[in-house]
Amino acid sequence: MSVQTKPGDVVPSNEVTLFIDGIQVSVPKGTMAIRAAEKLGIAIPRFCDHPLLDPQGACRECMVEVPDAGNGRGFPKPQTSCTLEVAPNMQIKTQNTSPVAAKAQSGILEFLLINHPLDCPICDKGGECPLQNQAMSNGRGETRYEGVKRTFPKPVSISAQILLDRERCVLCARCTRFSEQISGDPFIALVERGALQQVGMYADQPYDSYFSGNVIQICPVGALTSTDYRFVSRPFDLVSTPVTCEHCAAGCQLRTDHRHYQVKRRLAGDAPEVNEEWSCDVGRFAFRSGHLDDRLATPLVRKDDVLVPASWAEAIDVAVAGLKKAGSAVGVLTGGRLTLEDAYGYAKFTRAVLGTNDIDCRARVASTEEADFLAAEVAGRRLGDGVTYGDLGAASKVILVGFEPEEESPIVFLRLRKAVRKKRLQVTAVAPYLSNGGKKLSATLVPCAPGGEAAALAGVDADAGTIVLVGERAAAFVGLLSAVTDFAAKAGARLAWIPRRAGERGAIEAGCLPNLLPGGREVGEGTARVDVAAHWGSGSLPSAPGRDGRSILAAAATGELKALIVAGVELADLPDVAGATAAIEEAPFVISIEQRTSEVTSRADVVFPVALIEEKAGTFLNWEHRPGRVTRVNRQAASPMTDLRVLAALADALGTSLGIRTPKEALTELESLGAWEGARAAAPTVPVAQQLPPEQGAFRIASWRQLIDGSRGNDGALDLLVTAKPAVARINAAAAEALGVTGGDPITIFGVDGDRVLPVVVEPGMVDSVVWLPGDLGVLGIKPGDVVRLTAGGVA
Amino acid sequence: MTDTLTPVLSANWADPKAWTLGAYQRRGGYDAAAKALKMTPAEVMGIVKDSGLRGRGGAGFPTGMKWSFVPQDNPNPKYLVVNADESEPGTCKDMPLLMASPHTLVEGILISSYAIGVHTAFIYCRGEVLHVIRRLQQAVKEAYAGGHLGSNIYGSGFDLDIIVHAGAGAYICGEETALLDSLEGRRGQPRLRPPFPAVAGLYASPTVINNVESIASVPSILAHGAAWFGSMGSEKSKGYTLYSLSGHVKRPGQFEAPLGITLRQLLELSGGMRDGHELKFWTPGGSSTPILTADDIDIPLDYEGMAAAGTMLGTKALQCFDETTSVVRTTLRWVEFYKHESCGKCTPCREGNWWLVQLLTKFEAGKAVEGDVDKLLDICDNIGGKSFCALADGAVACVTSAVKKFRSEFEAGYKTPAWELFPYERSALFDVEGGAK
Amino acid sequence: MSGHEFQSYFPDSGSIDYSDTSTAIDEAALAELRELAGRYPQPRSALLPMLHLVQSYDGRVSPAGVKACAEILGITEAQVSGVATFYTMYRRRPGGDHHIGVCTTSLCAVMGGDILLDRVSKRLGIHEGEVTPDGAFSLERLECNAACDFAPVMMVNWEFMDNMTPAKAEEMIDRLVAGDKVSSTRGAELTSWREAERVLAGFPDGRANEGPAAGPASLLGLTIANEKGWAAPDQAPPLPEVAPEPAVPAAPEAKPASVRRTRKAQDK
Repeated sequence: MSVQTKPGDVVPSNEVTLFIDGIQVSVPKGTMAIRAAEKLGIAIPRFCDHPLLDPQGACRECMVEVPDAGNGRGFPKPQTSCTLEVAPNMQIKTQNTSPVAAKAQSGILEFLLINHPLDCPICDKGGECPLQNQAMSNGRGETRYEGVKRTFPKPVSISAQILLDRERCVLCARCTRFSEQISGDPFIALVERGALQQVGMYADQPYDSYFSGNVIQICPVGALTSTDYRFVSRPFDLVSTPVTCEHCAAGCQLRTDHRHYQVKRRLAGDAPEVNEEWSCDVGRFAFRSGHLDDRLATPLVRKDDVLVPASWAEAIDVAVAGLKKAGSAVGVLTGGRLTLEDAYGYAKFTRAVLGTNDIDCRARVASTEEADFLAAEVAGRRLGDGVTYGDLGAASKVILVGFEPEEESPIVFLRLRKAVRKKRLQVTAVAPYLSNGGKKLSATLVPCAPGGEAAALAGVDADAGTIVLVGERAAAFVGLLSAVTDFAAKAGARLAWIPRRAGERGAIEAGCLPNLLPGGREVGEGTARVDVAAHWGSGSLPSAPGRDGRSILAAAATGELKALIVAGVELADLPDVAGATAAIEEAPFVISIEQRTSEVTSRADVVFPVALIEEKAGTFLNWEHRPGRVTRVNRQAASPMTDLRVLAALADALGTSLGIRTPKEALTELESLGAWEGARAAAPTVPVAQQLPPEQGAFRIASWRQLIDGSRGNDGALDLLVTAKPAVARINAAAAEALGVTGGDPITIFGVDGDRVLPVVVEPGMVDSVVWLPGDLGVLGIKPGDVVRLTAGGVA
Repeated sequence: MTDTLTPVLSANWADPKAWTLGAYQRRGGYDAAAKALKMTPAEVMGIVKDSGLRGRGGAGFPTGMKWSFVPQDNPNPKYLVVNADESEPGTCKDMPLLMASPHTLVEGILISSYAIGVHTAFIYCRGEVLHVIRRLQQAVKEAYAGGHLGSNIYGSGFDLDIIVHAGAGAYICGEETALLDSLEGRRGQPRLRPPFPAVAGLYASPTVINNVESIASVPSILAHGAAWFGSMGSEKSKGYTLYSLSGHVKRPGQFEAPLGITLRQLLELSGGMRDGHELKFWTPGGSSTPILTADDIDIPLDYEGMAAAGTMLGTKALQCFDETTSVVRTTLRWVEFYKHESCGKCTPCREGNWWLVQLLTKFEAGKAVEGDVDKLLDICDNIGGKSFCALADGAVACVTSAVKKFRSEFEAGYKTPAWELFPYERSALFDVEGGAK
Repeated sequence: MSGHEFQSYFPDSGSIDYSDTSTAIDEAALAELRELAGRYPQPRSALLPMLHLVQSYDGRVSPAGVKACAEILGITEAQVSGVATFYTMYRRRPGGDHHIGVCTTSLCAVMGGDILLDRVSKRLGIHEGEVTPDGAFSLERLECNAACDFAPVMMVNWEFMDNMTPAKAEEMIDRLVAGDKVSSTRGAELTSWREAERVLAGFPDGRANEGPAAGPASLLGLTIANEKGWAAPDQAPPLPEVAPEPAVPAAPEAKPASVRRTRKAQDK
């Protein structure tokens, strides 16, 4: 887009040409004057204005003079440039050229300061405060206010994470507008009137929103501060590093601020195509899990059945001995924390060093159908081949299948909500009930019991303007991914698969699946294997499709596999926790490559400590296939070794070579290998499994993981965890009546490996004979779609 | 030449049980509505436009033109909202009208709604007037029972519902967009324009917001014609209107007269200022209109006359203060009103009035310091024309006009408390012991 | 001498009073709240009337009332709180059976409103914003109540008490204390603040026909016009079928009619 045009330039018809401080500028029709000025590099001071919020015009700081509105007549009064839509030939004079604008602005600044406390020296915002900056650059040296300042008790807590200092507030309403317009959680609101107006909340309903931390960041003063960061540091003592969030597959660009080799806080970065300027609270606040007492600092080896610290050389010797004994009978399980480069290391190590395809990155419910689906529809794509965030904003309809955006991909949720609000996007949720997130998307519910999604989807209208978003949970239902693919193809709709974890999409691209080599190459495709082998300079690659995660564990338990390499897998995430735990226990030899002690490390024979995400470089691929840089923030790592270097060392000790040692080498090699250009695998055509309704008194499980739950990645974020939604069981009124319970009463869920007591929430629209449970069910040996028995009562 | 006073709206106020449907109909009530519903809506709108009726809520915008801004092709329902939030200091015309003759408004709503194509109308009445609300509720109920509201009114096929809505205490809700937010169950804070209410008002639908007196004037216009209405008043300020005389006058009250009458004429009718006292200053249309003095009593009280005098006709609330009154005290109390009623949305109004009250308090107490008058004016300059809506402009107008006309009284505040210069009990109608003077 | 201190510290602002959770809101009240929500094209429009109704039950905006409004309208309690704290007629704490307001905006203040407020305050033994220990009266400083031609103005339970003097105010309070019937100068017999709130919510009390059509000041211009034979063109001076109510323009110190002649109590 042309920023500045010369007189005589042809301007597109949807562009408006105007003059700011005498300089000609062309901007799209509908642009506000303040944005047009930005394009010229003219900074008009502002507090309430925020480009992603609806114009407010409340602080009045951004006033400009408009001697000509484009029709030959000027405005008699100064105008707020944040609410002034540009018009052809409009003349705008900012503070730079207009004494009227300059006085208007300085007058407002003075008003904002008369009641502002002089506590900048102890304010977290000091040093990065727009009001402070304005006061320093444009304020009076001395006040002429002779009155008394307005005072309130301070601070007050609006949630476990956020403190409000009403004296500092300039009532810009950015926070309340964010909560209402962006996230749809208006648990904070402006209250009182006039000079007493303030941000308020209701005592019984704190501001527990998954996106609450954003209001701290967009507050133009120190009114909203983070309990976590309060009094921790000065902005000018921090070193800022742009990073990609390691939690979910949204690919958020964040800013990590550190000092003294400690991360002090994280903020949303500026990524217009991804997270815009927002982040979820997990990305913002959950960054301490690697700094707890359970951090692994040295390698461990098992001696006399006890894990003891060992030197790196000793640990590598033990590991190599175990691997040599196992030969190719090794299974590799990787988890969602791995970067693309790390995952590529594991994929290559498995094939080229171990000589097997027994690798799976899916530490969750998965299926062979899903692996085929990923091969056909997901792997080997580049950004733009598939659906993007931008496409979500442009779609006329989005259908959600096995996917709960607010819980499972919160930035996707924000994008959808923005489109619903601004462009009247219609969202359809194929789900057992309309969740709170669904309500905030004004979604239409197509109700179905878990497993009934395929049938329900058949009745939904879709066309070329439609996007179907399917979540990783779809793998729990036989035939669903086949049906979704078929549905989208027939309707001409676009389809996107959105996993939960940050590393998952990269791991698929890197080849951490039993059926896929890097770049979406199928293991079964001879030329693909030759291609990769040639690139790697290795001998022929194994041709038999590998075992998936479940089979790997089963084979390890029976001794069919002689060794396991496990990296980044939490057993609690697996669908059959007891079985997985037993398998690790019984596996002949287990190598664990991990950051913190876990249920795997405690059962391993060798444990290698590896670097945290903040201690290494790399790449995450988000659900769109968009690469996001992982940047080394902390250069004084507790463990100097990365996953890649551990693998390279093991390869060396095994007498071969991994050929890559650093993320840069890994990425270069992966990129030069490129994506598969041959024919794509056909999408799976697995028929939908017929399921009978549960017997009287039994319930089919609907479930997804809530954004803030007991995930180990959230450990250490104490205030964040306080804002988690409580674990509940949701059933409909008929079920509640049949069970003799009402909302809040306990009910007991009888799983295969144990039972759990949860309070009931009566969910009016819940499909009959369905119970919704929060998603950490593997420990009970149950998973979505299973049938369980419920009874009233029980003690949690 | 029309008569000095022309009671139209107030003509029936002395009738027995004037507020009832029976009393209203005995005077031909609802005949104008029956007549209007036999015309086309465009014809009705045309008559109102031709009459030259201008908004009686203060701004004086031509009523018919306002109606014509409603896009008739908009698929959303259209709404008419009557602004009965009368709260501007000095203003007291709509409440007596509604208490005495609520059916005049109901009939006006019926005719206006028909012209605009509205099927749901609201009367947003300030909450602090219980008996007015009782009368409105009853009048609407009677009108339904009498077939003047509801479906297929007079067999015309036209349907109309009226909802009487009580506010809850907020002057700012008299601002039309704040009123809409309030009527939507929100905090009454003004909205950004555009979009204008005519396009996206209540529930984001096309909405007309008119003052009580404007809508109440419509039945008489329909009954007697646009020319009749235009035969009263001055060239650009046509028709009759209610003037509310209050303060230190011998007989305060409501005077319905053609636009353009002068304060001198009204004072003569009311017996002049109270005995032994003379006019010092007055407001033409509430506290938000710059004050005038005894020199200005021959200026026509119409939109143009008042604009030429540097003030505004406003709500025609003529508050007259005599020479016992401290301008500083009066101004402070008005600014306290604006501080109390500021909605808080924008900085200059919220913080500026907070500051002005404190500074004016110093003037009143004789504790202001040299230069504070200029500071006062500069603060006013930083508020005036800078705020989100006109509320703060009103606050500034009363301060700057007072300083302009009585600067020395403010300068006296550098040394002497206002209550020493103007002993407050002298302004009261009774002494401190409570006895009548 | 401006009548009140400038307040700058607001320790209790920002919310209604959560500490008092008492409520009289029952199923019937909830049904009425839902009825109000059903009267509007969009339910949230009923929030102001609903809060008036909450006050008629609980004497204030109670936590239970906020919760009920939020649930019925499908909005958050913070949003209800934002509205409840915006408007001056909503109380945080219970008021008196009779709620007295004295206008002290410029015109009323100058004409005696300040003195009146002071005297009423002394008579009741409470300051503005307070409630008498027996809960019978609460007192408030009012902004302009749209009756300036009847200044100084006092409101009791939002009924007009026109042309007030300290003596009249004290007499009225005495009568209310004694349990005597008192009528508004331009309105009905005084009931109670809570009953008034119920009417404001939209549940009429059947008293619309009490009181005069207009006060003397309202009729001043009409009376003069009638005397002088003035009228709008083509409109004969009105000839009412029945003689108008006494409409002698009153000098400000004249006693308004309804205080002079006490109306007989009517059963509700």
